[in-house]
Amino acid sequence: MITIADIQKRIKSGETVRGIVEDALSKVEASADYNVLISVVREPALKRADQLDAKLKKGEDIGVLGGVPYVAKDIFLAHDTIATAGSNILKNFDSPYQATCVNRLEAAGAILIGKANNDAFGNGSSTENSDFGVTKNPYDKSRVAGGSSGGSTAAVALDIVPFSIGGDTGGSCRQPASYCGVLGLKPTYGRVSRYGVIAYTSSLDTVGTIANAADDAALVFGVIAGQDDRDSTTLQDKPASFMPADNPTKPLKIGIVKEHMRSDAVQPEVLAAVNLQAKKLKHAGHTVQEVSLPTLDVSLATYYIVAPAELSSNLMRYDGVKFGYSAKDAKTLEELYGLSRDQGFNAENKRRILIGTYVLSSGYIDAYYRKAQTVRTKLINEYAEVFKNYDVLIGPVAPTTAFKIGENSDPLQMYLQDLMTVGPSLAGLPAISVPSGFDNNKLPIGVQLVGAQRSDALLLSLAKQLEDSK
Amino acid sequence: MTKITVDDVRKAAALAKIAVTDAEAEKLATELHSILGYVRQLDAVDTTGLEPTYQVTGLTNVTRADELIDYGTNREDLLKNAPRERDGQIEVPKVL
Repeated sequence: MITIADIQKRIKSGETVRGIVEDALSKVEASADYNVLISVVREPALKRADQLDAKLKKGEDIGVLGGVPYVAKDIFLAHDTIATAGSNILKNFDSPYQATCVNRLEAAGAILIGKANNDAFGNGSSTENSDFGVTKNPYDKSRVAGGSSGGSTAAVALDIVPFSIGGDTGGSCRQPASYCGVLGLKPTYGRVSRYGVIAYTSSLDTVGTIANAADDAALVFGVIAGQDDRDSTTLQDKPASFMPADNPTKPLKIGIVKEHMRSDAVQPEVLAAVNLQAKKLKHAGHTVQEVSLPTLDVSLATYYIVAPAELSSNLMRYDGVKFGYSAKDAKTLEELYGLSRDQGFNAENKRRILIGTYVLSSGYIDAYYRKAQTVRTKLINEYAEVFKNYDVLIGPVAPTTAFKIGENSDPLQMYLQDLMTVGPSLAGLPAISVPSGFDNNKLPIGVQLVGAQRSDALLLSLAKQLEDSK
Repeated sequence: MTKITVDDVRKAAALAKIAVTDAEAEKLATELHSILGYVRQLDAVDTTGLEPTYQVTGLTNVTRADELIDYGTNREDLLKNAPRERDGQIEVPKVL
């Protein structure tokens, strides 16, 4: 397990940034079997490393993440890189500008070395829906890394980089983090700018941080978080610090989410892991009690209306005209649209686009889309009520540990993977997947902590406390 | 719930501008029926007196000063991804 501090120590002791980057790039090659990256950013990374080495030589500061290599999910636009979003429709899309997150990481000295694999447009929970092949689980190659940000989490689990960034719409950082045994933070909605991030579901999309340690996640999150004029949904305020050391956890009231602890729906070892973490929290002086949020039972149904609806609108821009794949055999403009989209999107993209189109269509919009957005209000109210009496909620990240590649071939069965992660997404809450031991097959288990909006720092502190009490 | 037919799929596909093949439409009808059947469990949820939520952090109408900002993105950068380009314009099949 490598951390940001490890890299910084190596640089301090005289290793060049170029050496660090070359080392990371050689690890990419060594783990080619896992299919972690869609593209490697070799030359720009080495060029950037040389610039930082020159700065170091002059005794200049290289930033809080100076010389630290990282990977970004392939939904992030970055100079001199292709951004595919995991889809053939953007196979050759040459980033015309750069995401705010990437700009901020660059300014802090971090070095982008690769674009990580993901389910096309975030449509999936295993990277099996990537048009560039599945990412294999670092703990068992016959299993999935999870998704949609499976490449980003596998890159950290395989020690290629100490951190990565991903996207989390309905669990896309938390679930793969859980499957790969790393930490995955989904921030409060609007905490991190989405400028230059390819959209899936605009009312849910967030930028997630993945790392091996809570301190590292906090450091990176502190760099990328904050208001951005280019994303009007960003929150205006920014807390002073997300670092756990600056936010000591006083005794908290923690609720175990009853709806997510049913033995018929969750693998026994996962339940045991949640109970063990709850016990540790009790020992640390926190109060732990069972809480109930009945509307969580229908959160998945709500999500699978809202997300496809917004997806169908967002993906309308891929028309074979302005950018992306364009059908060669089209004679009319209508044909160009129809064929480009049919040939460019994969089966899961089309499934979700059609569900979205259906639930938004005249005659059905009230029964499906408006109903779902109203149930969303009910869920938000329930969370608000619970957070009057509790500081943090605890529960599983996913019903099981990593499943076998090909095991969940039925689309609806795959959607059930998101059962525990979509609730916080619908309410815009921060949530974190904390590595919490292993099951009998030696596969990692993640436990999810959920807080009220803007409690990202608190969750990181609690994650750190659990890390320390191992 | 009434059955989702191949016709329903074709109608949605036309709205979504996706030229699905016959084989795709058949398969999608079955899949959509199963997924839409699952999400209809919301029918049983009492939402009396509640309004829909479209934005979760309470931000409304975020505006900025109406002035030109240079984002450093030029015409060439934006056109380099266009499938067909002529004279600095994007080319499409004739519509008239």
